[in-house]
Amino acid sequence: MRMSRGQKAFNVFNIAFMVLLMIVTLYPFYYVICASFSSSTYLQVHRGFLITPVKATIGAYKKTFNHALILSGFANIFKIMIVALPINLLVTIVAAYFMSQRGMMFKGPIVFLMMFTMFFGGGLIPSYLNIKQLGLYNTLWALILPGCLSIYNAIIMKTAMEAVPESLSESAYIDGANDLVVLFRILVPLIIPTLAVILLYYGVGHWNSWFPATVYLEDNTKLPIQAVLRSIVIENEMLLGGATEVVEGEAYANDYTETIKYAVIVISTIPILCVYPFLQRFFVKGVMIGAVKG
Amino acid sequence: MQTARRASLGHRIARDLQRHKWKYILMIPILIYLILFCYKPMYGLIIAFKNYKPALGFAGSKWVGLKYFKKFFGDYYFFRILRNTFLISLYSILWGFPAPILLALMLNELRGERFKRTVQTVTYIPHFISMVVICSIIRQFCLSDGVFNDIGAFFGAQRTALLQKPGYFRTIYVASGIWQEIGWSSIIYLAALTGIDPQLYEAAEIDGANRLRQTWHITLPGIMPTIIMLLILRMGSILGVGYEKILLLYNETIYETADVISTYVYRKGLIEANFSYSTAVGLFNSIINVVFLVGTNLISKKVTDIGLF
Repeated sequence: MRMSRGQKAFNVFNIAFMVLLMIVTLYPFYYVICASFSSSTYLQVHRGFLITPVKATIGAYKKTFNHALILSGFANIFKIMIVALPINLLVTIVAAYFMSQRGMMFKGPIVFLMMFTMFFGGGLIPSYLNIKQLGLYNTLWALILPGCLSIYNAIIMKTAMEAVPESLSESAYIDGANDLVVLFRILVPLIIPTLAVILLYYGVGHWNSWFPATVYLEDNTKLPIQAVLRSIVIENEMLLGGATEVVEGEAYANDYTETIKYAVIVISTIPILCVYPFLQRFFVKGVMIGAVKG
Repeated sequence: MQTARRASLGHRIARDLQRHKWKYILMIPILIYLILFCYKPMYGLIIAFKNYKPALGFAGSKWVGLKYFKKFFGDYYFFRILRNTFLISLYSILWGFPAPILLALMLNELRGERFKRTVQTVTYIPHFISMVVICSIIRQFCLSDGVFNDIGAFFGAQRTALLQKPGYFRTIYVASGIWQEIGWSSIIYLAALTGIDPQLYEAAEIDGANRLRQTWHITLPGIMPTIIMLLILRMGSILGVGYEKILLLYNETIYETADVISTYVYRKGLIEANFSYSTAVGLFNSIINVVFLVGTNLISKKVTDIGLF
């Protein structure tokens, strides 16, 4: 295909733009990694972009891994995920199955009850008071039970179930199987890839969640990692023993107060980056399904 | 001759429950979940019309009618948070909505499949990173000795803590939002692009249309339904600025531009424990959101025949 001069110029510009976009996207993360391996005092006086760590040290990481709250933050998030993910997956499968089936008299009202929650909810305060009334306040259940079913995910899974040929479940019914058998022995094994997507959706959701923890939990020792990170970086709370009060722009008493923030950011993000290759492949599929059928 | 009697309603229900027994049994936990964690809080919204006392509960507290709504409309901060919510949303739409469309169109012009996929993979990353991490980075970069100031100082600008200046907040919020979501939001347009009939391009080529004209006359109309649908959705939530990102970024010195309805609800309700008042404010916000969504949908259906429902 012949290209005009204008088009050639555009192609060059386009590629240059994309490269710049990638740099702009990645650099902040690269900066954080460099900063986390730097020495605080040197980082303080450093000006301009970071290309490599200044006065490289792994001191911040040592401090991080010795910090009780950060360790408990990781322990808590793993506890939450171990309990929550099976629940998430199970209720999503069941809800999706119900939505994908036909002929039930009460399907309409029940599906409406589910869909309505996508558009309207009680909001912050009534939900908070509800958690208190249910006695879930200051327990990890407050982070697990509310929102344990995402209708959006259920719709994605429903789409996958509908793609399974109906003849499979029909022949099973004729052989005397009930819904439980059809669902868990026939449908579920056939939609494993979708299950993996949904699992990742929920997993990332839990991992990145911080707000409910700050509202529903009272004890610092129960906070999951993102909430701990917030306390350290955003609230500038002095959870890191040995340092005096931190004021923006002033000298730090502790040599790692500055870099430890970066170290926590890195550590709390690594798991996401580890599953990212899977995420991006599967998630894109999820978005497509949501776009077409949602 | 028809002799078969119509089964009574009760009979039909019994048969339905019998035939779909397991489906209903499986749904019981989900219905309990919906009632406990979705509909009970919705019922809790009645405290917007009551003087809620925790000891008396949702039902036992005294009715006060529209007192808290009137109080909100007379609130000193009413216009400030309404304006901030609206402006942050408006700027997000103005800049943030076209950005992924432009990116999708530009990605579409890339010839190398591998390069294209690399760009996509890289630009999706920030979408998956937690808001706390993103905002931590933004805050560090905005410090008076942060990266942005280093760049500014290089060009001779005064160093200033960017998140302490009300004038910068919206720009920081909107720009970082675009940075985080541009790649991810472009997926849906890329998907729409694949649905365009390639024959249209061939025909245009024969007619002598260059790439720009092809983009204008074929590509854009091809993805227009997607664009309009997403725009409806976006317009529908014009007063639905969430609290998470703002809570992580703002501070008292920039409430003037940064405080929005949802953060106001958070502070009034959870920090100051004005439960009824903040519920009223939150309810006002949700009602407006629903009205906007239905309204934009209606207009779009009239004008373009494209709608969500």
